[in-house]
Amino acid sequence: MLREKVLAALQSVKDPEIDSISILELGMLEDITFHQDRISIKLIPTFMGCPALDIIKKNVEETVAKVKADEKIEVIFALHPPWTSDRITDTGRERLKEFGIAPPPIYIAESGEWQADCPYCGSTYTTLENLFGPTACRSILYCKACKNPFEAMKPVSTLM
Amino acid sequence: MGRETEDMIVNQKDMLQKEGYLEAVTHLLFQLADDDFILAYRGSEWLGLAPHIEEDVAFSSISQDTMGHAAMFYSLLEELGAGDADKLAHARLAKDRKNAILLELANGPGTYLNEPQYDWAFTVVRNFFYVQAKKVKILSLKNTSYQPMAEAAVKVNMELYYHLLHWKTWFMQLIGAGGEARTRMEKAVTDVFKDLGGLFSQGATAVAFGENQLIDTEEQLIAAWKHEMTPIFDSLEMKMPKKFGMEKGDGRNGEHTQDLEAAIETLSEVYRLDVKASW
Repeated sequence: MLREKVLAALQSVKDPEIDSISILELGMLEDITFHQDRISIKLIPTFMGCPALDIIKKNVEETVAKVKADEKIEVIFALHPPWTSDRITDTGRERLKEFGIAPPPIYIAESGEWQADCPYCGSTYTTLENLFGPTACRSILYCKACKNPFEAMKPVSTLM
Repeated sequence: MGRETEDMIVNQKDMLQKEGYLEAVTHLLFQLADDDFILAYRGSEWLGLAPHIEEDVAFSSISQDTMGHAAMFYSLLEELGAGDADKLAHARLAKDRKNAILLELANGPGTYLNEPQYDWAFTVVRNFFYVQAKKVKILSLKNTSYQPMAEAAVKVNMELYYHLLHWKTWFMQLIGAGGEARTRMEKAVTDVFKDLGGLFSQGATAVAFGENQLIDTEEQLIAAWKHEMTPIFDSLEMKMPKKFGMEKGDGRNGEHTQDLEAAIETLSEVYRLDVKASW
């Protein structure tokens, strides 16, 4: 079925900045609509200022075009519903760890504080070094057990 | 597309037909976009100059988010037929810009390339007060009559959470430190208040914003800002100045300083090299 082929194609589109995880596993896909003259793919951005968005758009167009050569592909970035970090799938959380990035914490204290386990050794003995990291969606932490610096995906929720 | 969404789009089309509605939405979007755009630019000028390496990472990340918000507001304007988003950002003259004057002021003496004696106290105060003002506006915009703006507000609000936390930490720690830090911060607070009113001003379009249920009034927004800020001032044993001034004029009405002219000249330099180029 065409829909499954498109989904499989989308599974092969990775985050340009974290190439172990696909845009599906990140929870960026909101909708696929098959029109008579085109396939419309609705994605939602993780952070609005993310410079990878243009690259993702181009990669989706190129990859899906291979599924059905004469089809027009339309990629739309929508703001609604907003992306939240709980959209990352269980597989996606594992893929992040493979890359050395802790998945976003599920639990956030009332004060807004959160902690992430070390993606290398699994220790909870970690400290937050900088809420902001090398990309908009990541923070910098340090593991006091295995003495490695690491990054974590920031928790993002509509309750914030 | 669900039935609900279709109904919403029909409603939105009806609204845009209403006399004065499109114009009011356009004005408000320009105020929001221009505010974020110029402050993100001022933030980018700190790159490599921030007090320490972690701050350099954090501040540039915040500036990137803020520029993302500006780009999104310019895209909403493009959808409404106001023109190409890149052009709106780069190619408009100072007199056509609607940003608050407080946000366009240079970071301090010197320029990025020549003796940048930038003022960190001023930067912390300006950014903290701005992000809190943006926060109260964004919360109000969640209930705006213009649906695309309400959806954008939900998204912006989640990112603002981290910005606010960041600037609040600097503000509390520098003032709480006492000594020279506190003296310089107190001076910065006094200076920023001289033009703080400009952040809340809705200019000549204030009445139209109210009539079209776009955003709360200036007075309501200021009251919400004070409500959030008063406990912080109290905990630091600081008196909040009474007057939210606009000494240098009202940017919402196109009044601006030489600082904005110079900034536009610099930031649009690459764009003007080849306006047709695809980056």
